[in-house]
Amino acid sequence: MRIHIKNGRLIDPRNGIDAISDLYLAGGKVVSVGARPADFQDYRVIDATGMIVCPGLVDLSARLREPGLEYKATLESELQAAAAGGVTSLACPPDTDPPLDEPGLVEMLKHRTKSLDQVRVYPVGALTQQLKGERLTEMAELRDAGCVAFSHADAPLANLHVLMQAMQYASTFGFSVWLRPQDVSLANKGVAHDGEMATRLGLPPIPVCAETVALSNIILLTRETGVKVHLCRISSAEGVAMVRAAKQQGLPITCDVAINHVHLSEMDLGFFDSNCHLVPPLRSLPDRDALCTGLADGTIDAICSDHAPVDEDAKLLPFGQSEAGATGLELLLSLTYKWAMHMNTPLIDALNTVTYAPAKILGIDAGHLTPDAPADICIFDPEAYWYVTASAIKSQGKNTPFLGRELPGQVKYTLTDGKVVYEHL
Amino acid sequence: MNRNPQLNKQGELQHLLTTEGLPISILRHILDTAESFAGVTEREVKKIPLLRGKSVFNLFFEPSTRTRTTFEIAAKRLSADVINLNIAVSAQSKGETLLDTVNNLSAMHADMFVVRHAQSGAAHMIASHVRPDIHVINAGDGRHAHPTQALLDMFTIRRYKQDFHNLRVAIVGDILHSRVARSQIHALTTLGVPEVRVIAPKTILPSKVERLGVHVYHDMAQGLKDIDVLIMLRLQNERMVGASLPSSEEYFKYYGLTQEKLAMAKPDAIVMHPGPMNRGVEIDSAVADGKQSVILPQVTFGIAVRMAVMSILAGN
Repeated sequence: MRIHIKNGRLIDPRNGIDAISDLYLAGGKVVSVGARPADFQDYRVIDATGMIVCPGLVDLSARLREPGLEYKATLESELQAAAAGGVTSLACPPDTDPPLDEPGLVEMLKHRTKSLDQVRVYPVGALTQQLKGERLTEMAELRDAGCVAFSHADAPLANLHVLMQAMQYASTFGFSVWLRPQDVSLANKGVAHDGEMATRLGLPPIPVCAETVALSNIILLTRETGVKVHLCRISSAEGVAMVRAAKQQGLPITCDVAINHVHLSEMDLGFFDSNCHLVPPLRSLPDRDALCTGLADGTIDAICSDHAPVDEDAKLLPFGQSEAGATGLELLLSLTYKWAMHMNTPLIDALNTVTYAPAKILGIDAGHLTPDAPADICIFDPEAYWYVTASAIKSQGKNTPFLGRELPGQVKYTLTDGKVVYEHL
Repeated sequence: MNRNPQLNKQGELQHLLTTEGLPISILRHILDTAESFAGVTEREVKKIPLLRGKSVFNLFFEPSTRTRTTFEIAAKRLSADVINLNIAVSAQSKGETLLDTVNNLSAMHADMFVVRHAQSGAAHMIASHVRPDIHVINAGDGRHAHPTQALLDMFTIRRYKQDFHNLRVAIVGDILHSRVARSQIHALTTLGVPEVRVIAPKTILPSKVERLGVHVYHDMAQGLKDIDVLIMLRLQNERMVGASLPSSEEYFKYYGLTQEKLAMAKPDAIVMHPGPMNRGVEIDSAVADGKQSVILPQVTFGIAVRMAVMSILAGN
């Protein structure tokens, strides 16, 4: 299908483009930026006047809840949500039920997502069997089945010998290992950042050292094994400083942060708002500011939605018993845009953290609009605001700390492979 | 969720969930009202008809003797119908959710819920989901709050010390896990106590506790100097099982209140304890039963204070 997107403000972080420019798509690829190719016949024209045209978003952490957790969400609902959020590629963590620890499960997931034909799904395989932290998975087989990396999701991996072996084995094949730094014994069943709010509210705390102690182990084991490591959802100022130092030493480390943590802090827990029950916990205001600084100076490479749809009953419980997580796919763009506006970050740099930077971490050809690249595109209206309500959200998970808030930036069109998969009416 | 959920739009008490953020006028109103009820509890005919025809449901998801009983007595003296539900062994164990339980009881025309729950924030959650004509009293939620206990402690302090503005108060023990301590701290600072101290080893103090407006001490001799009011907290046995404290013997030696340690405070200092006491762990029997102890009067005052809270809520 030939599509001509005209008059939009084209922002392509990889190629340093931020200008009013037309875009021509054909055969699922970008054909030309700016000049109309010879004998290009418009099949469809999208008038993007006043809108921003950017690469489709690449989300490094979106739980789709299949297989096994369909009461929370289904592939149908969540891939629609991704498309509505301008997300065209996403990585899903292995913490399904059963976990993604066998090639057959990964193949089934790939098959299901392919047949839905909306956005590209990149499964992250389990690092250990059943995510129990004991025996390694068949990583090479899992890679052949379609896994792009290996992680332990939020499951505890207490045995450092197992972690080192997993990292060594992954490095044998050049696979990357994704880890969220949290020491399970220091987290000690806590539910909120160990700070003033947890003290006031009497919530079991998770100290910052639960992150930094784990991070220290991971950094030392990265040096030992040479494996490529991606750190998921860093949450603390001290953590950011450690990652910065590790990168300065030239270690093969990348890092992301969840968009909620860029905006919110422990103070947002208010009177036990279970929508703010997140993993890792929302930390202090200085921590949040350090995360923003880390994004600005490149210590943190990417922003993810940390999409974790939770069924509503699981949130209608006292804070400590409520299930952690928030819906995020449909908020990622708006919240990234809002953050850029607040911080006076150039939009091209902000969009890089949700397009080209995460695509590089995934090792996929996406997140840019170079001719011949896949025509994965997000078109949004920067002037339009929308209310975050249960009915406005397509994801089956309706809970987010931003429920009831008004956000800037409305996605108007999402294209995957040159095909319109979402159109805001 | 931004508005203080225990006040209605007129700024009156709709629920009693915590002493944090409670205006001093409401605190004083509760204490003054309790003062007027204290006489009732000493009369021959102890009933007054303020809550006649109202149903008070005691929802205890955690075991309690003293608190539940004094709430029951308080409600009955106000002529309310009292229904006691020991939920630890009923519906919740059959898998019913907290809100379902509460909705079912609301359908039985409850007017007031007195709630105790092991999870911090349980009373807030119930309060934000009940019909607007139902009042919720937090009788203890996790580590978070136990406002009526703190109020009866304030009542006791006022009875014995009259004025809050010249007092030094020390709270000794497991602040980390104590809803009582948190509620006391907020009430004391709101009522104008110039110096509130907490005394404990570091493993049972929450982080940033000084942000609540208290001074932190780890040593009894230093912490008790010039103290007017001593509040001893119960040390739960399960703390010894974990890595919080090595033994009850060592705890008693360094933090248990003996006559010798009490002598470090002012000579007219009063000794309080929210109960139930562990004699020989946090407090020596000689002190608990001694002439500076006001532990039993605390229990008595608890009835008047709970009557005051219920009658004020019913009137709003």
